[in-house]
Amino acid sequence: MVIQAAHHGRTEMHAGDGTVGTPVCESVVEIRNAEGLHMRPALKFIDIANRFSSDIRVRGEEMTADGKSIMEMSMLAATCGTRLTIRAEGTDAEQAVAALRELVEERMFDEPPPEGKS
Amino acid sequence: MRFKEFICFGATIPALQATDRDSAIAELVGALVRAGKLSAGQAKDVTKAVIKRENEASTGMGKGVAVPHVKHPAAKGVIGAVGLSAAGIDFAALDEQPVYSVLLLISPVDNPDKHLQAMENVFKHLQKEKFRKFLRQCRTPAELEDLLNEADENPSW
Repeated sequence: MVIQAAHHGRTEMHAGDGTVGTPVCESVVEIRNAEGLHMRPALKFIDIANRFSSDIRVRGEEMTADGKSIMEMSMLAATCGTRLTIRAEGTDAEQAVAALRELVEERMFDEPPPEGKS
Repeated sequence: MRFKEFICFGATIPALQATDRDSAIAELVGALVRAGKLSAGQAKDVTKAVIKRENEASTGMGKGVAVPHVKHPAAKGVIGAVGLSAAGIDFAALDEQPVYSVLLLISPVDNPDKHLQAMENVFKHLQKEKFRKFLRQCRTPAELEDLLNEADENPSW
């Protein structure tokens, strides 16, 4: 098992059954753009998610969405400040989580943060 | 957020006259004006803003549904209209298929969370095949109102 500390949040990488098997990677990310996870950010998210073969799930407060489905991602209604857990399972799980975390937390979906924050 | 909290039941069009995307948007904005949710003077600007947003990225999410929307100062709360087209309308949807059900949402500029809550409700229902099928089958504004009320009351189906 490998545990990695991410820049922000928490990223864990481990084999499915502890030894061999499908890699699983999980990271908690925070929505930081003022408008939250509305449709265009959700489109950017699924666009990146679909570049990876891993199964990607995004857990919010009330539900878990398929990270490759625009409708399910829109149902998360993740407002600014919401924490989501991104979980990828597959051979490129680590890369998928890293790319998605960068989109959400560093690029903030290329949108502005709330006024007064930078 | 439930349908009845933002969908204006006086602005539902079971058979859109429009055969293209921009006219469908204009027709639904017109319905909101007739229902008293927007002033006639705001209609043109709201329509233009929705089309501009639509041009940036299609809200045709696939499976025959589109949710054109914009944040506009004309809206104090989220206001929504529903239109159906039996022939289907080209919305440049993600799956490149025609759109039969159009939900138009105009959201206030200063309350992004409300917009997200309305969207959550819209997609919660639109992602269900049964709901999409029932929606397309509505023939009158009363049937549309009944369906949306039923969806509000039975969030699990």
